[in-house]
Amino acid sequence: MANVISDETIEYVGILSKLELSPEEKERAKKDMEDMLNYIDKLNELDTSDVEPMSHVFSVQNVFREDVVTNQDDRENILANAPSEQDGAFTVPRTFD
Amino acid sequence: MSLMGLTAVQLGQKIQSGEVSAVEAVKESLERTKALEGKIHAFVNLDEENALKKAELIQKDIQSGKLTGPLAGVPMAIKDNMCTKGVLTTCSSRILGNFRPTYTAEAVLNLEKAGAIMTGKANMDEFAMGSTTETSAFGVTANPWNTEHVPGGSSGGSCAAVAAEEVSFALGSDTGGSIRQPSSFCGVTGIKPTYGTVSRYGLIAYGSSLDQIGPVAKDVTDCAVILDSISSHDPKDSTSVRRESYDFASALVDDVKGLKIGIPSDFFGTGLNEDVKNAVLHVADVLKSKGAEVELFDFKLVTDYAIPAYYVIACAEASSTLSRFDGITYGYRTEDFTDLHNMYKKTRSEGFGPEVKRRIMLGSFVLSSGYYDAYYLKALRTKAMIKQEYDKAFAKYDVILAPAAPTTAPKMGESLSDPIQMYLSDIYTISVNLAGLPGITVPCGMDRNGLPIGAQLIGDCFREKTIIRAAFAFEQSGEYLHCDLAKGGIR
Amino acid sequence: MSKQYETVIGLEVHVELATKTKIFCGCSTEFGGEPNTHTCPVCTGMPGSLPVLNKKVLEHAIAVGLATNCQINRYSKFDRKNYFYPDNPQNYQISQLYLPICHDGFVEIETANGKKKIGIHEIHMEEDAGKLIHDEWTDSTLVDFNRSGVPLIEIVSEPDMRSAEEVIAYLDKLKTTIQYLGASDCKLQEGSMRADVNLSVREVGAEKFGTRTEMKNLNSFKAIARAIEGEKDRQISLIEAGKQVVQETRRWDDTKESSYAMRSKEDAQDYRYFPDPDLVPIVVSEELLETIRQRQPEFREEKMVRYMDQFELPEYDAEIITSTRKLADIFEKTAEICGKPKKVSNWLMVETMRLLKEKGMEPEQIHFSPEHFAKLIELADAGTINSTVAREVFEKIFDDDIDPDVYVEEHGLKSVNDEGALRAEIEKIVDANPKSVEDFKAGKKKAIGFLVGQTMKAMKGKANPQMVNQILNEVLSTK
Repeated sequence: MANVISDETIEYVGILSKLELSPEEKERAKKDMEDMLNYIDKLNELDTSDVEPMSHVFSVQNVFREDVVTNQDDRENILANAPSEQDGAFTVPRTFD
Repeated sequence: MSLMGLTAVQLGQKIQSGEVSAVEAVKESLERTKALEGKIHAFVNLDEENALKKAELIQKDIQSGKLTGPLAGVPMAIKDNMCTKGVLTTCSSRILGNFRPTYTAEAVLNLEKAGAIMTGKANMDEFAMGSTTETSAFGVTANPWNTEHVPGGSSGGSCAAVAAEEVSFALGSDTGGSIRQPSSFCGVTGIKPTYGTVSRYGLIAYGSSLDQIGPVAKDVTDCAVILDSISSHDPKDSTSVRRESYDFASALVDDVKGLKIGIPSDFFGTGLNEDVKNAVLHVADVLKSKGAEVELFDFKLVTDYAIPAYYVIACAEASSTLSRFDGITYGYRTEDFTDLHNMYKKTRSEGFGPEVKRRIMLGSFVLSSGYYDAYYLKALRTKAMIKQEYDKAFAKYDVILAPAAPTTAPKMGESLSDPIQMYLSDIYTISVNLAGLPGITVPCGMDRNGLPIGAQLIGDCFREKTIIRAAFAFEQSGEYLHCDLAKGGIR
Repeated sequence: MSKQYETVIGLEVHVELATKTKIFCGCSTEFGGEPNTHTCPVCTGMPGSLPVLNKKVLEHAIAVGLATNCQINRYSKFDRKNYFYPDNPQNYQISQLYLPICHDGFVEIETANGKKKIGIHEIHMEEDAGKLIHDEWTDSTLVDFNRSGVPLIEIVSEPDMRSAEEVIAYLDKLKTTIQYLGASDCKLQEGSMRADVNLSVREVGAEKFGTRTEMKNLNSFKAIARAIEGEKDRQISLIEAGKQVVQETRRWDDTKESSYAMRSKEDAQDYRYFPDPDLVPIVVSEELLETIRQRQPEFREEKMVRYMDQFELPEYDAEIITSTRKLADIFEKTAEICGKPKKVSNWLMVETMRLLKEKGMEPEQIHFSPEHFAKLIELADAGTINSTVAREVFEKIFDDDIDPDVYVEEHGLKSVNDEGALRAEIEKIVDANPKSVEDFKAGKKKAIGFLVGQTMKAMKGKANPQMVNQILNEVLSTK
């Protein structure tokens, strides 16, 4: 079954991903996503009903840190890459609230 | 013979013996690199000044007996997705074009402690998304064997730098084959270790559950020695595995008697280039002649379903992990914007290249409301089945022998137009990442056009030593010690 | 006739855990500090950085779960909640959706209508966001990541509450319980406890819930009560007008006493949760569970019963003293040192409460030591200082935790117990005030008060009042 990606879906995915596409890019993105989903749908051939989803491949578990302060003030370095900075803080365009 | 023609271990020995100094080695590496970069472009940035300064300090430590390890004073390249304090780390992306990390990746730190000297940051596919190094925002890298061809990817810069003998070795990273496939295309040796063996702290993630750093070098010995150095249990990486031993070089033994080698018959069907097929099967013959047992087995499930499962999982993770690139804390920010969300969108649309955007959008889609079960959970279930298939195979075999790629290096400009076709070329490497297994690529021949071919040996988890031993034994057969640039390279 | 409506309320309560460091990195959680001085690559989302869970966070979360009768998930995971906002440097929050650490618990509350169980749907661990400060001058927003990564638990209740009174009782119960655990200081004003209110209305008797809204930005019990009333009225008038309640997130403005919808085209509210590949699963062993069980303190209800039983405190006193762990701790330690629980209780109920009220302080802010407090009680009880002096000294203890022995000595505040000196002084005063003596003799018993006052004045307030009374009576009887 062929997947059809609508204009609305591509618009929505753009909002989720925070990507802005030109009309040509949108058309290309729709086609790419349709092709890819058609290909991924191959997975439906597999019966996975008895299989648990595996997010971690090994059974590494319970990795903790002790509650001890290890980091000192490193503001100068942390801010060194900031595109925009004021009074020791990062700055962004006015937020809504 | 040029110092850069030596293996890392050979050069390290000369430096330890005082025959040459670390400074001489680094100078020669830098000179050769500068001479060749016009053709190869293996590096995004060279760090000449620091490298020379470090070389002098390291030389002192070698002379005073503080540094006695095999890699002390040896020049190396680091893939540009590993953080290096104060040194540009771009992931070959415009969005990180000006990013200087405040810390150094654990794997790189381990090498620095061993006295290896970084001369620069190697080019790659943008955020490691690609199989040709053509998605780099800073220009393509050429295959040193034939500069009209790609070096493979995503660790194309690392592999090309080693093949062109600009450095003695390099670090790459492998999410779906990004060390093993370009190693094959460039005629070098590369290992993707078991997931959790090398710390991911400081590796700029593509698919966090799949990424692993590994060595790229001239031969198996170098790779084992480098792996000794970079692997560690790192409390800063929750997924780091505490292993019983970090000694891999002890597996450098020319003995495969009784070793059981499985060959997935489904990997050798249609789509596999004839020359590649013959070269890889020749490895089976060599190992058999040395006492290994070789058998074909059925691996259809893995062959058919690993790629779609991989692209769902990797893209889903990437869509989330790469959301941090928003122009606020670091990296590129668009010049003109009307408000916050407009800034996000413009920054990211201008900062990311087409392949990265394609994967982010696919990943956002498969995680979005209504699709999570159908795509993401389905892929995780498939991953579990793939792991089971590998478990079954390793119940019978010690090593799985496979090609690293269906072809030799394609020509530049031929791959990006059809993304799915490019994804399909990852067929022999991708399942190894899903199952978290170690894999090594060793050069095993040339195709009819003089391009190198690599064979991939896959081991069960935590069995690097087994594949190192098999690869070493094959290498000792003497036929393909390492690809000799003087014969055919750099045209 | 207008219809009768019922309000259905569920709460999402965020509690900042009392740890020294953040949930996933070794940065300090200390309040204040210049912007971005408590930050590192992890809590600023630098590329390549990785989270590692603070063990204390898990322990606190489990402790709260046990105290609220929850099931503890033996296998728990962290998930990423994806959304773009500048207070979160990664643009995803590490939280728990699929396998939260605790689920299916309850707490019991008591209101004028009696006791009631409020169900707890789940408790999960997550990271706090940074702070956004709007700069009017440059019309931009400043981002400070000092709070980014501070550990939180989110306690999600069932929609079991029906009134603001129940909501307040529930919050108060959570607050006391968590404070007793030492898992958080739970200060609404300072944001270490925050409540989002999910509210819907339905006709009395209706089975189905109405459409709910979520209200944010509620930072006092009063604001919560006002917001509940306001939102209830808003929803009812919508329904009465034949309009639909829209499921949305609203922000309460307590100064305007109204709320407004927080919506924009760019907020998809599609969080794309998935297991965080950078963190590994948590497997809670029986051993860990038992260790935490053993550490659980005696909670308020048990304490109240014990105080009434063991120390014979009146119910009212026991209720006040156990209202915060701080007061209960002071009470118990002081009583243990001086062995006079009733006296300790009196001092807490009267003088301590008075001073707290006068100074506008919370019991948590008390900083005097039980040792000094016990010494004071002993000094007063032995008559070494009189009650007026004792109150004065207590204020010093309350303010500066002074040592009462030293203070009384240095300021010469000891009661004068020298009978000879006192008698001589009293005789002088009696002689100097014949009018008062006459009045006394004439049966005006009040006159003795004046003479006591004169004596105390002469003795600079340090006379032992019982002794003054006794001697004065003796002297007067001879006249």
